[in-house]
Amino acid sequence: MTDVTFWASPATDGGSCLMAGRLLARGMVAGVIAACLAFLFARIFGEPQVNLAIAFEAAQDAAAGMAPEPELVSRAVQASFGLLVASLMYGAAYGGIYAVVFAFAYGRMGRISPRALALLLAGAGFLTFVLIPGLKYPPNPPGIGHPDTIQLRTATYFEVIALSVCVMAIAILVGRRLALRLGAWNATLCGVGLFVVLTALVQATAPDINEVPANFPAVVLWRFREAAIGMQIVLWGALGLIFGPLAAAVLAPKEGGRRLAG
Amino acid sequence: MSHSLSSSIPGFAPAPAAIPVRAVLPWAAFGVVLALALLYFVGAEQGATSLISGHAVHEFVHDGRHLLGFPCH
Ligand SMILES: [Zn+2]
Repeated sequence: MTDVTFWASPATDGGSCLMAGRLLARGMVAGVIAACLAFLFARIFGEPQVNLAIAFEAAQDAAAGMAPEPELVSRAVQASFGLLVASLMYGAAYGGIYAVVFAFAYGRMGRISPRALALLLAGAGFLTFVLIPGLKYPPNPPGIGHPDTIQLRTATYFEVIALSVCVMAIAILVGRRLALRLGAWNATLCGVGLFVVLTALVQATAPDINEVPANFPAVVLWRFREAAIGMQIVLWGALGLIFGPLAAAVLAPKEGGRRLAG
Repeated sequence: MSHSLSSSIPGFAPAPAAIPVRAVLPWAAFGVVLALALLYFVGAEQGATSLISGHAVHEFVHDGRHLLGFPCH
């Protein structure tokens, strides 16, 4: 039955296409709302640490006899509108990607309600896009990182995200295949095991980068990373909770024998 | 959808019908391209590479770039 609904339903293609588009739009809207909450969190818990890190950097520069960096955009704007706009763009982007994954996954992951699937996928998104890449290359406050390695650091960072996505996809596809032979429980265990092994492989082969100055205050670094991870938990948690009902409303008419006109 | 027949039988709860892959694909392509463009401007523009000259974009999203986990400086 699944294969039939995969490909062949010419009569309702317009409706399905519209549905996919509406899911994408709602994913981006949910991402934007979630980003507002994440912004509030970052503003309260992240900004004090950013300011402490910048103060450390400025003190280091002054001690080395360097002129203070010119402020192209004021700190006040960076910490308010700048942070908000960056968060909104990030939320809209991942909200869109997440909605696309949801559109593919819905109806192909067994009998799971839209709301539960939304939460499950938000957790998977957080793991894949944030936590796993962040284990290798954790977020750093200002004052850490040499300007001349920015190319390498950016390339490796996006690479571990891409590889993390591949590893997650492989683990899910293999797990689904095994489910027919081993049953859901054992297949899930195999999928998780494969995920752990491949992730360890990726992280072991990616280059190590450590540019934290020896005298950088450890507490500031720790608090900054706590704030950064907290911001992502707020973002992905809110995304999953907000998108669930929005997606259910798009999918609901279908559930109860939907009119072809819709 | 193609399961509307089965869902009209009382007492029979069908598994939710998937959206056909070819209906999702165009939106998937559009959504992913849009998302990558947004992530590029938040995470990499005027850092590793530069489409717009100067540092205004980098400076504006600076705090977000750090707190969202992108490499910076
Ligand atoms: Zn920076």
